[in-house]
Amino acid sequence: MSIMRRRHPLFAVGKYAALLFYLAFALFPLYWLLKIALTPDALIFSEGTRLLPSAMTWSNFSAVLFATDFLAYFGNSLIVSLGTAFVTTLVAAGAGYAFSRFVFAGKKIIIAVMLITQMFPLLMIIAPIYKIVADLGLLNSLTSLIVVYTAFNIPFATFLMQSFFDGIPKDLEEAAMMDGCSRFQALRKVVFPLTLPGLGATLGFVFTAAWSELLFALMLISRNDAMTFPVGLLTFVSKFSVDWGQMMAAGVLALIPSCLFFIFIQRYLVQGLTSGAVKG
Amino acid sequence: MAHLELKDVSKSYGPVEVLRDINLQIADGEFVVLVGPSGCGKSTLLRMIAGLEPISGGDFLIDGAHMNDVRPRDRDIAMVFQSYALYPHMDVGRNMGFSMEIRKEPTETRRSKVAEAAQTLGLSHLIDRLPKALSGGQRQRVAMGRAIIRNPRAFLFDEPLSNLDAALRVEMRLEIARLHQKLGSTMIYVTHDQVEALTLADRIVVLHGGDIQQVGSPLELYERPANRFVAQFIGSPTMNVVEVEGGETGVTTRNGTLISVPRTSDTRRATALGIRPEHLEVVDLNQGDLTAVADVVEHLGSDTNIYVKVDGIGPLMVRKHGNIPARSGDRIGLRIQVENAHLFAPDGTTLS
Ligand SMILES: Nc1ncnc2c1ncn2[C@@H]1O[C@H](COP(=O)(O)OP(=O)(O)OP(=O)(O)O)[C@@H](O)[C@H]1O
Ligand SMILES: [Mg+2]
Repeated sequence: MSIMRRRHPLFAVGKYAALLFYLAFALFPLYWLLKIALTPDALIFSEGTRLLPSAMTWSNFSAVLFATDFLAYFGNSLIVSLGTAFVTTLVAAGAGYAFSRFVFAGKKIIIAVMLITQMFPLLMIIAPIYKIVADLGLLNSLTSLIVVYTAFNIPFATFLMQSFFDGIPKDLEEAAMMDGCSRFQALRKVVFPLTLPGLGATLGFVFTAAWSELLFALMLISRNDAMTFPVGLLTFVSKFSVDWGQMMAAGVLALIPSCLFFIFIQRYLVQGLTSGAVKG
Repeated sequence: MAHLELKDVSKSYGPVEVLRDINLQIADGEFVVLVGPSGCGKSTLLRMIAGLEPISGGDFLIDGAHMNDVRPRDRDIAMVFQSYALYPHMDVGRNMGFSMEIRKEPTETRRSKVAEAAQTLGLSHLIDRLPKALSGGQRQRVAMGRAIIRNPRAFLFDEPLSNLDAALRVEMRLEIARLHQKLGSTMIYVTHDQVEALTLADRIVVLHGGDIQQVGSPLELYERPANRFVAQFIGSPTMNVVEVEGGETGVTTRNGTLISVPRTSDTRRATALGIRPEHLEVVDLNQGDLTAVADVVEHLGSDTNIYVKVDGIGPLMVRKHGNIPARSGDRIGLRIQVENAHLFAPDGTTLS
């Protein structure tokens, strides 16, 4: 018999039960989304809260895809989110690197101002922003959304990137510079490969934030062909009824890019989050 | 291969002056060790030579050429970091050949040079490993390989062995000594370790409080320390220093013992007498200069360390070659080898 005692079996059972409970709790809304999307319209109200519908249909999906402007909304969202994610990450990487590595006049003030911008309730500044965007003649354009989202995400993304850069020892860059690199070469050949997890995490974070943003999109976009997906979802709510089935089907479809994006960057993200956690 | 020259070099961080008026000439092929207590600016000086830290004042020249504003990459100096600073995403071979990669040397040359350096350092079987899969000693070797492969004008080492265990440290120390013999390059080496400093150095530079206290060969520093700080900093175990009162022909200790010290200079100015543990002789009771009570006796085999207490003077340490049958509590006589004693003036400088 082995001398080491195994943990009590009840402990394992309890652990899995807790995990299972959490999983069910977290995934139930997603399940409900999918269930409603697959339930034929006629059954949505008549069957009430049954866990499984008695019949299933793809008609909501085909209706959403071919009978509504959903694909256009989707495309707009993709442009806005990817644009925001890339521009924000680029700026945040540059700013984060500077904060992490350089001493310059006004650094503390800039950091303080960036923190302050995060403290205002959005509702307070939505009117001035509307005014600015209108004066620039950018209303109803995707560009306006990219600009506004980028501005709003840069502070947090910068702090995120800074913490990743802080996690990379300065010695490495200095060694590279001794080895014949210019500062920029050291950045490109040594720092950049090591920051990929951080870049991935930042991209993912900003992409998701932009993808699900509603308030600004609602304010700045009123023309149908420039609507992003969250605004577009509201078109399923008409004066007299809500088309739940189609709305849920659209919601399911909208999850796809987020999921793909996270599967794509997951490898970096896991590394990144842990490398940030144990930095020092 | 280079001759390095520091002229009145100083360094300040804002209002804080870390180093002032450092003057130092380092000859071609010389092995210079920088020592000093923690925070005295050893790393800062090394980093200024490397070009990683701007020089606040004075001039730094390599082979006569002014280097203050030359970028690190153009100084042709290699540095081995205490943290090794290996690139975590590159395998051993690429780590070592990185400088050639930057200089866009052909892959063939690169590969053969890396193989050659790996051979020298016993790393041939590890060429494809990532740094995280190496032991501390192996990482240290890769870091050295990265430096030697460049055949630079000078090597800088910042406490390269301090992360290794004792046995490995001895091994790598020998390796570095061999390397210096083989390459004959100028090397500057920062360390905390007495033994490393004394064994490796052609010349030792003792830094303290932002100034150079003394520059000299290990033996010079040991035998003729310029001041009390150097006397106590160099040598292990540390030199005993006893407060004394200077007199016409010698000095008087606090307990009234007169010790005659034959010196040409003015013994009247002396306020302290320094004597290394190995220069205190154990003699029969009442035979020597002092009577002491053994407090702790350490038998090291080759040597015996005796920590003694002397009435009116305080604790002293005695080191005796070989074994002596002393025990804690024994009363013994001590004779001071006056020819090896040092006298210090009130400002700490040595009276010769
Ligand atoms: N960036 C900085 N800003 C302000 N002071 C600094 C900075 N870097 C170093 N110092 C100060 O300069 C002094 C010398 O530092 P340095 O790292 O050269 O010491 P050291 O001799 O290498 O010490 P150790 O033996 O502990 O490595 C220290 O007192 C330190 O506080
Ligand atoms: Mg140091």
